[in-house]
Amino acid sequence: MTTATPTVAAGAQKTAGTPPTTAARVRKRLNSRTATLVSIVIAVVWTIPTFGLFISSIRPEDDIKTTGWWTAFTNPQFTLENYQQVLFGRSSSSGQLASYFINSLAITIPSVLFPLAFAALAAYALAWINFRGRDWLYIAIFALQIVPLQMALVPLLKFFSTGVTLGGITLMPAWDLVDEQKFAQVWFAHTCFALPFAVFLLHNFVSQLPGDLMEAARVDGATHPKIFRTIVLPLITPALAAFGIFQFLWVWNDLLVALIFAGGGNETAPLTVRLAEMAGTRGNEWQRLTAGAFVSIVVPLVVFLSLQRFFVRGLLAGSVKG
Amino acid sequence: MGFDFADEQPKLLMLMYGLVAFVVVVGGLLLLLDVVPAWFARRREAQLVAASVSGTPLARRPKQREGLFALFFLLPTLLLLVIGLVVPAIRTTLLSLMDGSSSNWVGLRNYGWMFSDSSIVRVLINTLVWVLLVPLVATGFGLTYAILVDKARFEAVAKSLIFLPMAISFVGASIIWKFVYAYRGEGDQIGLLNQMVVSLGGEPKQWLLESPLNTLLLIVIMVWIQAGFAMVVLSAAIKAIPGDIVEAARLDGVSPWQMFWQITMPSIRPALIVVVVTLTIATLKVFDIVRTSTNGNYDTSVIASEMYNQAFRYGQNGQGSALAVFLFILVIPVVIYQIRNLRQQREG
Repeated sequence: MTTATPTVAAGAQKTAGTPPTTAARVRKRLNSRTATLVSIVIAVVWTIPTFGLFISSIRPEDDIKTTGWWTAFTNPQFTLENYQQVLFGRSSSSGQLASYFINSLAITIPSVLFPLAFAALAAYALAWINFRGRDWLYIAIFALQIVPLQMALVPLLKFFSTGVTLGGITLMPAWDLVDEQKFAQVWFAHTCFALPFAVFLLHNFVSQLPGDLMEAARVDGATHPKIFRTIVLPLITPALAAFGIFQFLWVWNDLLVALIFAGGGNETAPLTVRLAEMAGTRGNEWQRLTAGAFVSIVVPLVVFLSLQRFFVRGLLAGSVKG
Repeated sequence: MGFDFADEQPKLLMLMYGLVAFVVVVGGLLLLLDVVPAWFARRREAQLVAASVSGTPLARRPKQREGLFALFFLLPTLLLLVIGLVVPAIRTTLLSLMDGSSSNWVGLRNYGWMFSDSSIVRVLINTLVWVLLVPLVATGFGLTYAILVDKARFEAVAKSLIFLPMAISFVGASIIWKFVYAYRGEGDQIGLLNQMVVSLGGEPKQWLLESPLNTLLLIVIMVWIQAGFAMVVLSAAIKAIPGDIVEAARLDGVSPWQMFWQITMPSIRPALIVVVVTLTIATLKVFDIVRTSTNGNYDTSVIASEMYNQAFRYGQNGQGSALAVFLFILVIPVVIYQIRNLRQQREG
């Protein structure tokens, strides 16, 4: 976590511009000395666990297992062997994380794209197309946000494995997916579970676009699909980015959905499933756990740090605007 | 079994299929929406021409077409929500009234089991502890930190550091903290916590095996992740307080303490409620941390992890579903509270 780039945090805009009086400034400076100290201490405490993990992941195996990572400062010995082992190692106990890394990617990309596109379409319809029952439909989708995904797991798994039969007629055959085809199940599940929040978040943005713009376009004879593509999509790009990052982090970091719908093998299981398994069965192999954890952290960290602005904006829009 | 890139090709192929499916579905939908109205427009034009020739008036039905558009825009979302959430949620509710293999109706027996089986009562108590502590501590902490670094020179960096755990998966965070809690019987300690205990003259412990302390240590992980969320939202709320109010109070010689309770707190109340509610819901559903750290052993299990164990490890669909339904019931009052608050806010 040593690479904390100074990103623009939430709302760090121009509010600091009001000129305080001299007395206030002096008093503020006195107060702020302790405040600064306390906040630095907290920031350090917050970062130490991750920092320790990182230092450990580049220490030799014997050192990790016999001495604390803080001794690395007096006895610096570093190696990339752990990463080499955990990513590409030949024995089945080594982790083989490279394979799971690809699984994580294969799961995440479509699981972000599908809900993004579907929710954008739905949000537009709910905000700008007049039809009967529109408000009720929106409230219904909004309300679905509170259904915990635990409520859907058992029946959805049954849906994939046995299909749908109603009164003896097969409406939908079992999916019968094997190996890497199981990705489709995970995509499907993630898309379903993401939609209520996605629609809600994007609707917040889409409904706030100026109505005059839509009206003008309609007068010019533009149809809804045309307005959606040429006017709405470009304008809501920040919102799309916000949800995209949100969903990316959620899917990449998810354990529960992957555990149930992807299975545990190295054909489909993502990094999180593998790591949780390693933490359970090889809890003392710290050379692998530390490096493995870092492999799984790197991608979301890069995404997060480079796109933090969008993420924060989405977070605020999603939680504060309600 | 070494790493061989050729072995990974089926996966990439599958990913390709997924992306092609995405392009076909979304592109197809947009194309359809473009072509169909154009076709309608042409037909209408033809009708207009015919009408102008024959002189009969033309029926107008533009509203219906709006509805048709809306249907197509909403089709994928509604279909997926019905298949993936609505129907399963109803079926889970029904399953919770059936036995483990989902073949016989047992009425409310699964719910009775939930409140009588001592291990499950323990699970419920643990969940309660989680739900009481995590929102409270994380919010209190986030708020304190947001005030501390407000307008400081290093504000952006300081916030990023606290916010960073949000990007780390619960699994990754659990491993990070398991390493902090690590215990070694002989020799040097490698876990930071035990090292601190030892250097203070205490005895090292197997932290994660000691109930009820282990639940608290797992809660620390959740707080560590979620405090950043609370901090960012509350910090934005603090910055949204109008500057002239703060300035006026300052000119009146208000102490920082009074400032906090009489200006800051009332102003950020809505954001505070949102944060607490969001964290409460997230905490109710916590699963990954418990599963990765202790697998629910040593009296650390919570509802979500117990639900997984019952339904997917022990094959007790009825009991697992009952736990899921109970989780849902717990979420409802929280959400109702939030909605009522939002409504008040809009009216006031």
